[in-house]
Amino acid sequence: MTATASRPVARASKRGLRIDRPGFLTYGLLAAFLIGSTYPLWWSFVVASGSNATRGETLPLIPGGNFLANASKVLDAIPFWQALLNSVIVSGAITISVVAFATLAGYSFAKLRFKGRDGLMLFVVATLAIPTQLGVIPLFILMKELGWTGTLGAVIVPTLVTAFGVFFMRQYLVEVIPDELIEAARMDGAGQFRTFLTVAIPAARPAMAILGLFTFMTAWTDFFWPMIVLRSTNPTVQTALSQLQSGYYVDYSIVLAGAILATIPLLVLFVIAGRQLIAGIMAGAVKG
Amino acid sequence: MSTTSLTLRQRLSRLDVKASPYAYIAPFFVLFGIVGLFPLVYTFVVSFNDWDLLKGPGEWVGLENYVNVLTDRFFWNSLGNTLSIFFLSAVPQLFFALVIAAVLDQNLKGRTFWRMSVLLPYVVSPVAVTLIFSSVFNEQDGLANNLVNLIGIADIQWKHDVAASHLAIATMVNYRWTGYNALILLAAMQAVPRDLYESAALDGAGPIRRFVSITIPSIRPTLIFVVITSTIGGLQIFTEPRLFDVSNAGGIGGSDRQFQTAVLYLWEMAFFRRDFGEASAIAWLLFLLIVGFALLNFLVSRRIASTELRSAQRKASRALLENSRAVRLSGRITAGAVESRSDR
Repeated sequence: MTATASRPVARASKRGLRIDRPGFLTYGLLAAFLIGSTYPLWWSFVVASGSNATRGETLPLIPGGNFLANASKVLDAIPFWQALLNSVIVSGAITISVVAFATLAGYSFAKLRFKGRDGLMLFVVATLAIPTQLGVIPLFILMKELGWTGTLGAVIVPTLVTAFGVFFMRQYLVEVIPDELIEAARMDGAGQFRTFLTVAIPAARPAMAILGLFTFMTAWTDFFWPMIVLRSTNPTVQTALSQLQSGYYVDYSIVLAGAILATIPLLVLFVIAGRQLIAGIMAGAVKG
Repeated sequence: MSTTSLTLRQRLSRLDVKASPYAYIAPFFVLFGIVGLFPLVYTFVVSFNDWDLLKGPGEWVGLENYVNVLTDRFFWNSLGNTLSIFFLSAVPQLFFALVIAAVLDQNLKGRTFWRMSVLLPYVVSPVAVTLIFSSVFNEQDGLANNLVNLIGIADIQWKHDVAASHLAIATMVNYRWTGYNALILLAAMQAVPRDLYESAALDGAGPIRRFVSITIPSIRPTLIFVVITSTIGGLQIFTEPRLFDVSNAGGIGGSDRQFQTAVLYLWEMAFFRRDFGEASAIAWLLFLLIVGFALLNFLVSRRIASTELRSAQRKASRALLENSRAVRLSGRITAGAVESRSDR
């Protein structure tokens, strides 16, 4: 009985179809997820474009006309443009540094032979699980000694390299560069660094882009350390944003206008590079 | 003349081959040592001293900071809050991530669109997420209470009640990370050979049965990865409780510390009370807790995996026997499906 019923399934699968054709339930669930992830943002925009009274409505759906007015109040309350510039500098510098050093070290671990390689790589993997965030106190003492507190350098320096970056590049390069290619470059008389530049870098480019994207996003959204080491007069986007609700009376239409303003740059990035972001998460998962 | 220059070049080339690998990994290790490992180790040193934020290092006090922390009810309170928020976020997050991944792991129309739609919250920064949900969970007229009123429940004190505030903060964490984790799990699910599902369907297993006995065991390594990373992240939660109710509580985790987490308490101790010594003791205790949790996760899930692997192998070999009998009988099932079964 069961066997006869499932026979058409077997035939369908031979033609390369899946067992279950997604139906109403699937798309219903997907629509629910879509609402779950977008409505909080839409609701924020609706409130940010209305007045504080909009929030009284049970389920507001239609934006009002006050967004620009509220956004300009945000610009009055916090040094938004300076924060934006600071965030670009901080995230850009961290991204370049992390990607460059991770590619260099990842290539060495993946393709070069040297004593202690496996032990050192194990060390890198082990440090992945270490919460380095808990070292903030000595880091703060260090920055104070150097006189760097309040400067962007204090935000950039602690994240110039990440263990994850090295691990990620190593996993990628070990697969994509054939050893013969390195041998061939060597035969042509290329030194080690020349080989790195002409063989490894071109091969590493897709992984460098993905690592760069994630490093940028992580640096951009970081709050804990910038909040500790920066002052409110020279903030990043995140620390500036956090000042919006520090007053006793909170006008949520302004706070949410700020949240929307601060999210726009990443939304733009998401529209441009969303596919790469998805590919990166999914690639990291398979290898990690 | 020419021979010596050749050997010089050879010598240089040998040096290049020998030294370059170390030169390439050196920047990472040097920088990571200075800004990553050294601070962690030095935290240990600070924790044995009387150390004020402004006045700098004072006397060596031995274990006094640890004694103070371990007898401090605020510390235990913050630890309890951290664990409560962690469980309230980790468990539903994993469940929904699995559901979303399973739904996405089908032959969908508009695949990229649906994937992007679940990832969208990830690009909203934790600060922005907190501002948004701080407004959603506002007690007078926030969206959450409006919705709760709709189904006839009175206003909930999201920012004052212990359980409700934990739930609100867990919601923020879940909002940002569920889709991200779903994509990680989706990647693992897509690596499961399709003919496994087909032969299970032939055996009469329904979709839920297939999910439980094929999908879950196949993606277990990724599942462990997700659990461990969300443990390490979840136990360090800071931004959400820090900014949840700033206007009433000054950002230390509620007027009565009802949602003050451990890292938030560490921050308060270091930068509000300026006691670097005790703050460092908190950091080290937290460090041990996190590493311990990660190890425990790892060991437990490996033990479960190995016992289940054994029973799965037994089941698989039994199934293989039956299957080959069926092949002989009917001759309808392709050899490919059987082969892939015996591979596993």
